[in-house]
Parts: sequence; structure tokens; C-alpha cells
Amino acid sequence: MPIAVKVMKRPGSATSYVRATLKGMALTFRHLFRPKVTMQYPEEKSTELWTISSRWRGTHRMLTDEQGRAKCVACGLCPQICPANCIKLVPGEDEQGNRYPLIYEIDEFRCVFCGYCQEVCPEEAIHVGVHYENSEYSRDRFVYDLERLCGQTHPVSTLWDPSDPRGE
Amino acid sequence: MTFFLVSSIAKVVVVFTVILVAVALITLLERRICAFIQDRLGPNRVGPQGLLQPAADGLKSLLKEETLPAQADKVLFLLAPAISFTPALLTFAVIPFAAPLPTPWGDVPMVVADLPVGFLYILAISSLGVYGVTLAGWSSNNKYALLGGLRASAQMISYEIALGMSTVAVLLLAGNVTLSQVIAQQQAGGWYVFSLLVAFFIFLVSAFAETNRVPFDLPEAEGELIAGYHTEYSAMKFSMFYIAEYANMVTASALMATLFFGGWDIPFTSWDNGPPWTLAKTLATGAVFCAKTACFVFLYIWVRWTLPRFRYDQLMALGWKVLLPLALVYLTVLATAVWYLKEQLGWAYGPAFGWMLFGLNAVLAGLLFWWLDRGRIVSGSVARGAGEGEA
Repeated sequence: MPIAVKVMKRPGSATSYVRATLKGMALTFRHLFRPKVTMQYPEEKSTELWTISSRWRGTHRMLTDEQGRAKCVACGLCPQICPANCIKLVPGEDEQGNRYPLIYEIDEFRCVFCGYCQEVCPEEAIHVGVHYENSEYSRDRFVYDLERLCGQTHPVSTLWDPSDPRGE
Repeated sequence: MTFFLVSSIAKVVVVFTVILVAVALITLLERRICAFIQDRLGPNRVGPQGLLQPAADGLKSLLKEETLPAQADKVLFLLAPAISFTPALLTFAVIPFAAPLPTPWGDVPMVVADLPVGFLYILAISSLGVYGVTLAGWSSNNKYALLGGLRASAQMISYEIALGMSTVAVLLLAGNVTLSQVIAQQQAGGWYVFSLLVAFFIFLVSAFAETNRVPFDLPEAEGELIAGYHTEYSAMKFSMFYIAEYANMVTASALMATLFFGGWDIPFTSWDNGPPWTLAKTLATGAVFCAKTACFVFLYIWVRWTLPRFRYDQLMALGWKVLLPLALVYLTVLATAVWYLKEQLGWAYGPAFGWMLFGLNAVLAGLLFWWLDRGRIVSGSVARGAGEGEA
């Protein structure tokens, strides 16, 4: 037995090419004058239809205290938790016994932007940022040192939706 | 003689330049209209509203690497783009595009060559374009390209007949094959689109098929054949096929305007129809001709971004089972009507003649669309009759 094809009994109006064609032409013609949805990117980075999420996890930013020093206390939690092993931290200590990072580097090419470093940081120092425009002339420039991390100005990620913190 | 040579060369240069610029602009127009239909903006970065985009595209094409398939037939592979490109421009030679231009040395007809056999020339040349496509498909030594080329030739054969038949109607009415005479007749007695409505419909559909445009773009059907006949082409040779496609579009649009919409005739006035010729008349009629052609070009683009592609068997069914018999029957009916009006009643072609034929055509067109509207005219072989016992 051949495969049974069920042929629908449709009225002539439903199988008409002429009518369907004209209908399609009218539809496309109406669309010519509809408002366009294109965002003109470099000039227009957010519209009422689309804005970047505050949960976006982009390249990092180190927050600083009032004196402009990095808030980092070189506790070592972020290199510990980092699944991509992209954070290089060499701790140092000043005369008062305060720990601070001698070297703090993040290889942004290695980073998987999981945001664990921000989550684990007890001092709210290292953050992933709401930022996506990264371009450099050489790969070395993507290893961000402490000065570079502190110098970033873009907003930091909230990691969760403030209006729905439990993700419900 | 010198004057004829100089004016002819000037006309050739002008027409050639205008067509190539128009083709460049139409590629942009196509992309912009496509974008607008899809609620996008399209290329609007290069120059104001993207007007310099064609220049950027051309530059890119020139600078890209030329590839030559190892097993290709080199001579034909190199020749094919030129072969497909030339006929499109050649056809334009006999299309009158404005009222004659008066000069101190005499009136210059605004047509590159006002051939007495204008019409036959068009039929002869317009079918040559498919050689380029077929040769491109064959010489690439690529199975997809070959399939595309084969489809192009099959499609051309199928629809050339219907196209020719529909234009026979024009000749029947005009009694002349010179395009300037065809236009003069329409100026006197009304546009042929009214008196030959059904022929126009057949011509329109066949012209879409002849120019390989959606819904008849099977030779390059990218879903099935990658890019069809130009799969193996790159850089400027690839662009040549595009230029050929758009040049064909312009020529077909100009033909529709000439044969059915009065050519350079300005509607609702007879100011432009006869001497004394002036520069203003030439410019105005030229602008009207361009506007008419542009309308058809827009129609081409509009249809392309609306309709899906025919399946191959549907294409053949439409060509052989619908358009060809339709054209034959229509021609018979029309010939009888024209014979009756001209020979029995002794009328010359004029408004009354036109209205009589329009009445006849309206009835025929009504019947035709009623019949087409029954559906399944070009439906598939699977749906018909299959599974009747099972359901």
C-alpha cells in the first residue's frame, strides 16, 4: 500500500493562485511603508525596543576606593574560583599589614565571562561589565592589568535581574 | 552621412551609459525595496541614502580574486558572462525612447537604430541571452551549474513561444513591425494595454520567465542549486551576470512600456505626438518613457520579494499547458475580431476600434482569471488523485 496522502477538499477560493498572489502583493506593498525595525548601530546603541541587559557580563572592571586605589585585598578567591584560569594575582603587603595586589591581570581572551569572580569577591572589587565593544590592534592588549581594570568606566553587571532576584 | 554617423555614435554612447547607470541604480533599488518590504532599512551608508553603494560594490568586484575551475572549459568560461551581457544591451538598440530631437541638421529620431524589422530583431536577439547562461553552466564543469544552465535553456524554450505569440497580437493590430510605428499607432488610437489586455498579461508572465526573475528564477535557485549557472564565477565575471540580469530587466520593462503602454507617449495629451519637434518635447517624452520603464522595474522587484519560486514541473506546466494554448486561442479570437472590424466594417485603428477590442479583452480576461482562480492549474502531480481511496 502506498503512503496515504490525505488531500484536503478545499473550496476554489482557498486554492486560488490569482487571489493569493494579489493578496501577497498587497501585503508586501503595505510593508513598504511600515516603520522600520533596523537599529542604526554605531549611532544608535539602544532604543525603546532594545537596550542591553543590566545582567550582561562583558569585559572586567575593578572598582576603586575614595583614594583611587583598587578595592582588591588580594584574598585570592577570584583566581581560585575562575574556571578558565584567566586571573593572575600576586599578593603584596604594605607596612600596616594591608594586603593589596602587586600584580592583577585578567586575560580577557581566556575569560569565559561566567561572572564567578564578581560573585565570589568579598570586597565587591572585581566586576564583569556591561560592555561589548572590544577591539585592539594586538592580542597582548587583551591582557588587562590592574591600572587598565581600574580605568574602565562602563557600568558593572548586576548578574541578576534586580526586579526578579531569584530568577523566577 | 557624417551627420548620421555622428548622431548614431552619440546615441549609442548615451544609451549605453544611461543603461549601465540605471542597472547600477537598480541593484541598489532592489536591495532597498527588498529591505523595506522586510521592514529593514537596507544599504544606506555609502553616500546619501546609499546612492554610492553600487560604486562600492563595483570596486569590490574588481578587486576580488578571479577563480578559474581546474576542469573548466576556459574559453567558454571566460566568454559566457559577455555572451549573456551583450544581447540585453543589443535589444535596446531598436527601442525608441523619446520624441525626435530637432537639430540644425535635421531631426534625430531618439532610437539607436530604427530598424524596419525592429520587432523580429528583438525576438532574434532577446533569446540569445540564454546562450551565456547555458554556456556558463556547461563550461564550469560543475553539476549544479550545469543543472542551472539546462533549466535556463528549457525555460527559455518554453516561454519564448508564449512571448512570441503574445507579441504577434501587437503586430496583428499594428500591421507593422517597426517599433516607432507601433508607438505612433498607440498615440493615435489608444494604448495597446487596453485593446490587448490578455496579450499584455501573457507577455508580462513570459517576460518574467525570460529574464529569470522570481517566480521563475529556477536557473539560479539558490536553495537547490547553490547559485545555479554562476556557482563557479567570482569577482567581475560574477558581477557581469548580475549586470546582465538587470539589463535584461530594464530591456524587458522598456519593451512592455513600448509595446503596450505607448512608449514615449504622454497620456491625456496629444501635444507630444507630432511635429514641430522641440527640445522640450524630447525631454518630456524621454522622462515619461523612463517613468513607465521604472514602474515595470519596480513591479519586477516587488514581485520578486513577494512570490515563492515555482517547482520545475509547475514551471513547465504553466508554460506549455496554460500560456501556450492560451496565447494560441487568444490570437485566433483576436485575429477574427481584428479581421471583422478592419475588413468587414472597414474601420481603421482608432479610439472606437480600441474600445471595441477592450470590451472583448475585458470579457476574455475575466474568463481567464475566473478559470485560473479555480486553482490547481499548476498544482503538483502528487496532490492530484493521490490517496483518494485511502481517505
